[in-house]
Amino acid sequence: MRAMVYRGPYKVRVEEKAPPVVEHPNDAIVRVTMAAICGSDLHLYHGMMPDTRVGMTFGHEFIGVVEEVGPAVRNLVPGDRVMMPFNIFCGTCWFCARGLYANCHNVNPNATAVGGIYGYSHTCGGYDGGQAEYVRVPFADVGPTVIPEWMDDEDAVLLTDALATGYFGAQLGDIVEGDVVVVFGAGPVGLFAAKSAWLMGAGRVVVVDHLEYRLAKARTFAHAETVNFTECDDIVVHMKKITDHLGADVAIDAVGAEADGNFTQHVTAAKLKLQGGSPVALNWAIDSVRKGGTISVMGAYGPMFSAVKFGDAMNKGLTLRMNQCHVKRQWPRLFEHIRNGYLKPSDIVTHRIPLEHIAEGYHMFSAKLDGCIKPLIVPNAV
Amino acid sequence: MTYTSDKPALPESADQLRARIPGWGADLDPKDRPSVPKLQWQEDRTGAHWDFPDRQPEKWPRERSIEHKFLTPVFGTSCPPKGASGMIRRLAYRKFSEGRAAHWLLLLAADRVDAWESHLSSFLTARPDNPVTETGVLSEFSRHGISSRVGQKRSDVKHQVLDPVIVAGPWVLAVAVAVTAVRKLLRRS
Repeated sequence: MRAMVYRGPYKVRVEEKAPPVVEHPNDAIVRVTMAAICGSDLHLYHGMMPDTRVGMTFGHEFIGVVEEVGPAVRNLVPGDRVMMPFNIFCGTCWFCARGLYANCHNVNPNATAVGGIYGYSHTCGGYDGGQAEYVRVPFADVGPTVIPEWMDDEDAVLLTDALATGYFGAQLGDIVEGDVVVVFGAGPVGLFAAKSAWLMGAGRVVVVDHLEYRLAKARTFAHAETVNFTECDDIVVHMKKITDHLGADVAIDAVGAEADGNFTQHVTAAKLKLQGGSPVALNWAIDSVRKGGTISVMGAYGPMFSAVKFGDAMNKGLTLRMNQCHVKRQWPRLFEHIRNGYLKPSDIVTHRIPLEHIAEGYHMFSAKLDGCIKPLIVPNAV
Repeated sequence: MTYTSDKPALPESADQLRARIPGWGADLDPKDRPSVPKLQWQEDRTGAHWDFPDRQPEKWPRERSIEHKFLTPVFGTSCPPKGASGMIRRLAYRKFSEGRAAHWLLLLAADRVDAWESHLSSFLTARPDNPVTETGVLSEFSRHGISSRVGQKRSDVKHQVLDPVIVAGPWVLAVAVAVTAVRKLLRRS
């Protein structure tokens, strides 16, 4: 089969690779019909995530059609059109039993601090991902869901991570009616978090980024006020000024490990790999939110330490909430919101790329060229 | 205002927001939010029909965190460890827990060694690594590389100049070392 393959930092290509096989009785093999490149894939692409091996296929956002099922699979049959949460999870460990699917203890031998994720290094279990023609889907009775007939493929693929994560991030903010919510990052997760904050009754939503084309999307798609931090002498002071010096009630970090805005932080983390991630957005969140406020961290960071301003967080009495999203737990409510017309996730898609052009897709997304917000990968597109 | 007990006024009322933004307040009640509370007993087990899953066959000694009691019943089988990078990875997993910086630093070192091993071995195959096609750098021409950056006040442009150094630097250095070594050998002979 044709599959995206990692060749080292900043290098990927498409190779002929042996198709996946059923390795466990509850496995399924899915033929991928659409995948996406996620902002967190760029941390792998840039060589930031420990134990990212040459030869691995990335991709944790994908949908497809069931091709084959293992002997113990009861809930799926070949031909089903399915969407997979980016989490691989068993359904019955201590964590899954309580709804923490992202923290499943039965799927990742390489680490206890993170669950299993498709195509996201051996630190997340060593599973190949969906930027390929076929993919192995473990626990086929637990993770995948048949896509409702009324749902578009592009909406479905965005439900597998970006939309669910943004919506989850707004929930972790514990937003109450009238809250001022600041979202750092106008990428897909930030846009969806901003949009979701309104569903939870926010009184004001401010999105911060440095890419003007993404801020324009935040204004039109997420109905948000926007701030370009490159136009502010000091973004923290600016946030205080626009909130009558109180600070925002809730801040959401939708940037993560490669945050810009501080050259030293970015270079030591993203280029020199001396930190788990560049905590610029997180530090801005800590300093921009009001005392007693809440910070929701949706940005992904590596497992190494990062230079976080923890003293300010303590002295301000902040509540810091974070996790990988338990995707499947969000779906029933998100399906309702899409059906009611409150959310239209595919509105943020900017590029549709054939699998064979994946290297150009990664470079374009990484370098933020051509107004790229969300690129989709279509295996057999021309 | 902030220096009194009053909350700063909002620019729009709830009614105005409801009229302007589709779905405003649909999840105002925390009971409608699927992740509230954090821990929720899942009676249906999300479709699972086991207490503990069947075990996937272990086809090679699978590296695992020493913080785990045993090999998890299901695991990924992409890219088994190989070569010098594989030895470093096995050491990182065998000796150090996830709580130790040495664990992660060794894994990062193994990643760099793996890349070099793979680049060098690719030259013995019919498809050697090609940094031009594999970096996708040609999209700079097809995807408006210049106009996407110039005059955009982008904060990332100043460190993007480091990327070609990171990608091409080691190759240039390796070629320079090789050329120097060959010259010295030729002079001696």
